[in-house]
Amino acid sequence: MIALSDFLLLGAVLFCISMAGIFINRKNVIILLMAIELMLLSVNLNFIAFSYFLNDLQGQVFVFFILTVAAAESAIGLAILVVLFRNRQTINVADLDSLKG
Amino acid sequence: MPSPAHGAGRVKASKLTKVEKLLFYIFGVILIFAALRVITARNPVHCALYLVLAFFTSAAVWLLLEAEFLAIVLVLVYVGAVMVLFLFVVMMLDINLAPLREGFARYLPVGVLVAFLIAIQLFAVVGARHFGLGRVPAPTRHGPDYSNTEEIGSVLYTVYVYPFEIAAVILLVAIIAAISLTMRRRVGTRFQRPSEQVATRREDRIRIVKMPSEKKR
Repeated sequence: MIALSDFLLLGAVLFCISMAGIFINRKNVIILLMAIELMLLSVNLNFIAFSYFLNDLQGQVFVFFILTVAAAESAIGLAILVVLFRNRQTINVADLDSLKG
Repeated sequence: MPSPAHGAGRVKASKLTKVEKLLFYIFGVILIFAALRVITARNPVHCALYLVLAFFTSAAVWLLLEAEFLAIVLVLVYVGAVMVLFLFVVMMLDINLAPLREGFARYLPVGVLVAFLIAIQLFAVVGARHFGLGRVPAPTRHGPDYSNTEEIGSVLYTVYVYPFEIAAVILLVAIIAAISLTMRRRVGTRFQRPSEQVATRREDRIRIVKMPSEKKR
């Protein structure tokens, strides 16, 4: 049988890869968004693995809501990206300094 | 003493377990490869396509965990809608890739270091010592008449009906936000104002000029 820890380790590896992706692609907003999607995917994998092994359906319901919110988030994020590109002609994070933060 | 049929069933079950394990490792390797390519590929279109592969593979992993409904939802909603949106945006924006790649080699060591440390910490917590088969035994598989979709539906529309409605509202807000963010009025375009068209009166449009009719000389 596949143990619960196998699924958890797979999720952990996926999470670390997307974490490294945020570090090394920190100029490109699109790839940052994709790395966030990957992180959410690994978290969802954890939820579903626990839901199966504890025989509890709540985890799957939670994943359902995470998917909903993640879809909304990426839609709004891409809309912001389009507006940003229209106004600044760039998606480089280093150039987005108009707030002087 | 076990009957021959029982022994055959056990052999079949162990073979099934082996197949399951093999599938899990194949899907796991593909998933990790796809994730690595997502963060290292040069072209954002390739990144999006590898992300599609990652979603598809993890849908297969979810099928191993008997989450059939969510696996199908992942393929339909994520691969079918969100990733198409990503590809659409990536292809629509004319991005100069050269400045976006600079700093890749500079931040690579720190990124790998942080990821490695987090991996060690996570492995220490979620490893086989705490969540192995000895601690958390695998549940028995459901029979062929078990419907995951029906089970989720039966709790989603009863216990979780208010969160479900809030999720619907969140999607509505996302639609409105995305449209209102990206909608723009170009200067100089001509468009109709239906409210003014409807509200117009006869007096606004025609002017009756009274003048005496001319007489024939």
